[in-house]
Amino acid sequence: MTTNAVWMKVDPERVLYALQHEAAEKVKSAGSELVLDFSSVPRIDPGAVKALEEVARLAADQSVKVVLCGVNVDIYRVLKLVKLAQRFEFLG
Amino acid sequence: MAENVSSLSDDRIAYLEGLVRQGKTAAAVFTQYTQQDVDRIVKAMVLAGLDQAQYLARLAIEETRLGVLEDKAIKNMVATEFVYNYVRDKRTVGAIREFPERGLVEVAEPIGLIFSLTPVTNPTSTVLFKCIMAIKTRNAVLFGPHPKAWHCCQEAIRIMYEAAVRHGAPEGVFTCLEAPTLPDNTYLMHHEEIGLIDATGGPGAVKAAYSSGKPALGVGPGNTPVYLEKTAHLDMAVVDIITSKTFDNGTICASEQTVVIDEGIYDTVLKKFADLGSHICDGKETDLLGRTVIDPETGFMRPMAIGQTAADIARVTGIRVKPETKLLIAPIQGVGREHPLSAEKLFPVLSVYCAKSVEEALRVCVDVNHAGGLGHTAVIFSRNDEIIQKFSEVINAGRIIVNSPGSIGALGGIYNDMVPTFSFGCGTGGGNSTTDNVNVYHYLNIKRVARRTQAHMWFRVPNQIYFNLNSVENLRHFPSRSTIIVTNPLLEQMGHVDLVRRAIPPQTPVRVLAIADAEPDARVVMQGVEALNLNCADQIIALGGGSVIDAAKIMKLKYESPEADLEELAAPFLDIRKRVVQYPTEKINHVRLIAISTTSGTGSEVTPFAVLIDKERGRKVTLADYSLSPDVAIVDPQFVMSMPKGLTADTGIDCLTHALEAGVSIHASPYTDSNAMQAVRLVFKYLPIAYENPQDEEARSMMHNAACIAALAFSNASVGVNHALAHAFGARFGVSHGRANALMLPHVIAYNAAVPTKFMPSPNQRAYIAHKKYAAISDLLGLGGETVAEKVKNLVAATEQLLDRLAIPRSIADMGISEEEFERTMPDLAKIAFDDPSWRSNPRMPLVSELVGLFWSAYRGRGPAQAACMCEPTTAMELV
Repeated sequence: MTTNAVWMKVDPERVLYALQHEAAEKVKSAGSELVLDFSSVPRIDPGAVKALEEVARLAADQSVKVVLCGVNVDIYRVLKLVKLAQRFEFLG
Repeated sequence: MAENVSSLSDDRIAYLEGLVRQGKTAAAVFTQYTQQDVDRIVKAMVLAGLDQAQYLARLAIEETRLGVLEDKAIKNMVATEFVYNYVRDKRTVGAIREFPERGLVEVAEPIGLIFSLTPVTNPTSTVLFKCIMAIKTRNAVLFGPHPKAWHCCQEAIRIMYEAAVRHGAPEGVFTCLEAPTLPDNTYLMHHEEIGLIDATGGPGAVKAAYSSGKPALGVGPGNTPVYLEKTAHLDMAVVDIITSKTFDNGTICASEQTVVIDEGIYDTVLKKFADLGSHICDGKETDLLGRTVIDPETGFMRPMAIGQTAADIARVTGIRVKPETKLLIAPIQGVGREHPLSAEKLFPVLSVYCAKSVEEALRVCVDVNHAGGLGHTAVIFSRNDEIIQKFSEVINAGRIIVNSPGSIGALGGIYNDMVPTFSFGCGTGGGNSTTDNVNVYHYLNIKRVARRTQAHMWFRVPNQIYFNLNSVENLRHFPSRSTIIVTNPLLEQMGHVDLVRRAIPPQTPVRVLAIADAEPDARVVMQGVEALNLNCADQIIALGGGSVIDAAKIMKLKYESPEADLEELAAPFLDIRKRVVQYPTEKINHVRLIAISTTSGTGSEVTPFAVLIDKERGRKVTLADYSLSPDVAIVDPQFVMSMPKGLTADTGIDCLTHALEAGVSIHASPYTDSNAMQAVRLVFKYLPIAYENPQDEEARSMMHNAACIAALAFSNASVGVNHALAHAFGARFGVSHGRANALMLPHVIAYNAAVPTKFMPSPNQRAYIAHKKYAAISDLLGLGGETVAEKVKNLVAATEQLLDRLAIPRSIADMGISEEEFERTMPDLAKIAFDDPSWRSNPRMPLVSELVGLFWSAYRGRGPAQAACMCEPTTAMELV
């Protein structure tokens, strides 16, 4: 089985835009897996949470697995608290 | 709940869910913020609130038609400025308090989303207060304002929200229910995403909050009694009460309700009230007022009166007063439904009661307190500290305000140093979870990070120990006005007492008390105390074995502190530093105790233990305290040269057991280890010689030293399970202590060296180390072996060989005890051994079944102990 993964680094200066627009686009073009690199993102806001919810929804519709890599523990905790963590895979 | 909530439409539920989702997301995002972040936001909010204090006050007055504009503005300022003054330097993020000396750190954990009900009486100030608390603690709030104060609250929330978000707070951190209804509240109170309900309001809201099953802060109604006692500063008291009761037209639930006045000052006080603009109602007016403002059906105040002026209330009631009247004062003759004005009145009507005595005044205050005011607030004006103290004891109130206004005093930070608040916890009396002035710490989960601490340990021994042959001569260094020698008749016959007498400085009056009993009881002790008193003794020389020295220790205790209750002092304890019973420190006599041991085993000459026989109950009473340790020990081998072989063997093995058990004890330390190791070495080297050649002076001397050195170790590290087994077995079958120890010893070594079924809690050790310590002892003895297991095995074998050489029976069966009899006694043996405190310092916590296994191993003799499983533990073992 081959995996067609798409990788995208999330720009810390424009997290919301990256998730709302770029990630949503990538979901559409990703074969089976989208990797979002959060390693430069120190913190997320409610808008980013909402955008991630939308990415998860889109990905589920397209049967694309979304992997978040480089997520710091503070952001990971936010995703746990809003019950979003279970909708992603985490790497690194 | 279901019935109430079923009236909610799907759209309404979706709306409520949207609010919850916003708040929950904001709260989650908020967890990423630092202390600096929240402090910056809080300051901006406080400035915004201060800026809009008058505006919000006006909105509140226009909407609710309750209270006084100026006072509401002041309340808004208190809710911002005073609260800020309290919280500004408080740490509410990360580590908030540290106690390095206790190894404790408290770390803040936000609650998440709080559902907050706010009242109609203090609407905007309560909102401002709760917004500041929430941001300071990184929580989000979903507000449910009282429907009659919704607009002003919504505006207060908007002002706070905009200031907060502008300075970085997460969007959605405050939300507000539109057109709130009771079913909304019920739905939200049961919502799984709501972390806490903070209900400030009427009894219904508070009860609903507490009934929801959610963590809740519920702050309910009060009924503040005031005792105006005759020593009070009357002018101050009257002004304070008027100030408080008229503040915002009495809408603060901590305001004064019934003032109980001492008879001697009653008329004066009423005149002062009248002089300052109060109207004193006559009997008819009081009745009329009661019927007008209190609902006779419920006994509660009528809502139409809440927050109205005195003049308006008088007008409605039909009482003629001047328009500027501040307060209506209604004399009442009792408390309860038949005296309606004794209830809570959130308007400027104050009831007064004339008390003929302090007792009566306190009783009436208690009555008011119990008539709806439990846990809330009470006030006393007095300069008599005893009466203030008594008042605070009999009144159940979270806030007892002294010589200051009730309402403004209870808010905190103005008239006193209480925490500023707009939520008064009323404790269990008021159905609340706290009596505190609710503050930021109630909006936090406080996590305690507890680092491992090490108990302070010690090494306590007698001041002076003299040893080697003829060391008894050192008695000459101890002048005495009157000396009692406690000994036993045999030693007197053997001439040992004469040896001692000769060493005592000449002209010292000396009396000899020979105790016949091998194991002394209280009668023997009291005989000794009588002799000490009769001779005004200042020195005891205890010459003998453990029993004699123990008796002398207890004689000293009772002579110095006659009130000492031996039964109580023998109470069991787990940790000597935390024991319930303390030994007496006050002494009516002072006596020096010099102990000269005539056996080489117990080491009683240096230990802090003493055993007494309770013949009536057929048991031993063990006393343990360092105050029992002799002042001076003399370890002179000339007193043991004639010990019989059997006694030499038994006491020598007792000494070895002390050393081995102290060595592996959970209380062992480098100080006790050095003594334990040395004692083991001396026993293995010299005990066989002393046994086989009793006249070998060096062997006798070294064994005498070994006993004392081992005792220094176990006096500080204690013993272990071997002693628990030996105590039980020896007492049941009349076997000497040393021999009983010997029967158990090889099996206990094997047992302790195995991986425990249960570990003994032991903060001073980082790992299980008993087997390694046995291995170290094995190395010290040069027993060989490569691995720890081999070394332990060699130690067991060496111990067995030593016992053989001393001709000690190697099994209980060898002592002529039948298997049937032993089996019959086993339940009792196991129970007594388990009750014995000795094993509590054993490295391995024995199960009762393991004690039984050890007894059977000892019964059968040689071979691996039943409970043991010799193996090489794989964990890193390390001595602290």
